[in-house]
Amino acid sequence: MEKFTTLQSTAIPLAIENIDTDQIIPARFLKATDRKGFGNNVFRDWRYNKDGSINKSFALNNPKYSGSILVAGDNFGCGSSREHAAWALNDYGFKVIVSSFFADIFKGNALNNGLLPVQVSPEFLNVLLTEVSEKPEIKLEVNLEAQTISVEGTSFSESFEIDAYKKTCMINGYDDIDYLLSKKEMITAFEAKKTD
Amino acid sequence: MAKTLFDKVWDAHVVDTIKDGPQVLYIDQHLIHEVTSPQAFNELEQRHIPIFRPNQIVATADHNTPTLNQHLPVKDLLSRNQLQQLSENCKKNNITLYQLGHKYNGIVHVMAPELGITQPGMTIVCGDSHTSTHGAFGTIAFGIGTSQVAQVFASQCLLLTKPKSLRVTVNGQLKNGVLPKDVILYIIAKLGTNAGTGYFCEYAGDVFENMSMEGRMTVCNMSIEMGARGGMIAPDQTTFDYVKGREFAPKGEAFDKKVAYWKTLSTDEGATFDKEYFFDAEDIEPMVTYGTNPGMGIKVSENIPSVNDASFEKSLEYMNFKKGESLINKPINYVFIGSCTNSRIEDFRVAANYIKGKHKAENVTAWLVPGSKQVEAQIIQEGLKDIFDAAGFELRQPGCSACLAMNDDKIPQGEYCVSTSNRNFEGRQGQGSRTILASPLVAAATAVEGKIVDITKQLN
Repeated sequence: MEKFTTLQSTAIPLAIENIDTDQIIPARFLKATDRKGFGNNVFRDWRYNKDGSINKSFALNNPKYSGSILVAGDNFGCGSSREHAAWALNDYGFKVIVSSFFADIFKGNALNNGLLPVQVSPEFLNVLLTEVSEKPEIKLEVNLEAQTISVEGTSFSESFEIDAYKKTCMINGYDDIDYLLSKKEMITAFEAKKTD
Repeated sequence: MAKTLFDKVWDAHVVDTIKDGPQVLYIDQHLIHEVTSPQAFNELEQRHIPIFRPNQIVATADHNTPTLNQHLPVKDLLSRNQLQQLSENCKKNNITLYQLGHKYNGIVHVMAPELGITQPGMTIVCGDSHTSTHGAFGTIAFGIGTSQVAQVFASQCLLLTKPKSLRVTVNGQLKNGVLPKDVILYIIAKLGTNAGTGYFCEYAGDVFENMSMEGRMTVCNMSIEMGARGGMIAPDQTTFDYVKGREFAPKGEAFDKKVAYWKTLSTDEGATFDKEYFFDAEDIEPMVTYGTNPGMGIKVSENIPSVNDASFEKSLEYMNFKKGESLINKPINYVFIGSCTNSRIEDFRVAANYIKGKHKAENVTAWLVPGSKQVEAQIIQEGLKDIFDAAGFELRQPGCSACLAMNDDKIPQGEYCVSTSNRNFEGRQGQGSRTILASPLVAAATAVEGKIVDITKQLN
């Protein structure tokens, strides 16, 4: 897993609530058997019109917006457990997703792939959406060590929560398998005494 | 200290606790399928890590399989490749696989309970969010991502923070024509799609106590649609009777010993929950959804609410519905009865009972997709297929099918489908398709009438 410490980047605003993983990566693209290449189809049915032409009104297609931070509406990543959603966002180039609420499974999947979910207050999300939409060149700064997200050149800043263990994993690029493998003996002992 | 059902099962599976961090939770049973496992197998292979407990894994092919001509080679190259990889991976690692055509093949959440693989008090995971289904047996069962599939492959454990607890109690007598699907759609409509996020839900009260195991599975299945990682119902005589005698269930004395333990799992008197909700069974009516998330549901007799909100309006625009309008008499061209929510024998009995002696409307394409080979066989054996055939419904072969439309079973652009599945997201049943979630009874009535009707008026 790639390490994550701090990131300064412009951001893409996506002020839609309840973005489900079927929108992030539609099921018809889940037939691949490796983790790469899903970025081409991220938000596929929002990026393209029914006739296959590019939907110019969609934020990801708007040349004004770029960057490796996605600022999205409440309850991001609900629905299917497909980790392909995290892979697709990663593959497209996102390193951070900001929302006021994340669905559980998506959040875990993102953290397991070095994609940082930053949960902010609904008020701060509104500030970010407004700032980023109106000033596309403005940069956001995410500092994982300090657990803060701020808008460069302004006083807008907020701290965010992250599980201490997951934070260590992200900063050092460790994954859960390494940890679990180190516990093999304990797991085997548990199995031996487990009756049910 | 008084403990909840969830506490009891969770605590019995904690191997270790990291200071100020997650716990190492032991997983009894790991279910896998073709779509979310290949990358996990690849990862382990690349890192030269063996599968720790292959005999605690069971595989099935379901998400990406055709529902017609299953005896022929799968036409779609990518799908065929995915199925082939599953077969190879299982063979290489000594994992039991019920592949396409096997007598035990089926949707993972239909197959495992009917074979007795799912048992009370267990921890069960699968790379599929509807793993919550198995909670109907009083198990801790939840969906995981592919990285976690790899973790369980490597260690039979997961690193997890214990979720908070939530209880939904529904007491009273359900009205005629109100099915378990209506109960859960009602709960989600009341609570919203993220009320359960961060929580594990227990369903309690006489409504669930009086439900069959099939009904309980329908309810627990959709826990994830209100954000809860899982939902559970305390095991009782209904549960024990269902499990008894099934292929992989314990037998004889071993079974009795298990039952004695399972009986201890119910939530203790005085145990507390982080959140509690109470509903009255008499208030529940047949439900339909009108929007693009499962929380956007109404009683079929109600009108779409008028909410001034951009996301709400975007959703109605996609569905081509207006605020304040009723769905009754909306013409419908597609009906789908199937999915891990409603593809068990009881669901087809309900549909057949309504359909008997009637015929589907001219305009309707009606697909019936059983959850497993065993359900399919039972449909034929009970004579339900004859009823469906005579009524112009098409009984297909088992699989996830039009619930997520990974295979060819897609609803065309712009068309409405009254579906017994679990998600009405944009494009879920095919690009541009519009899904209306409902019970098998409402779906059957829609197919017969060619439009949405108030089923309660027909019944009473």
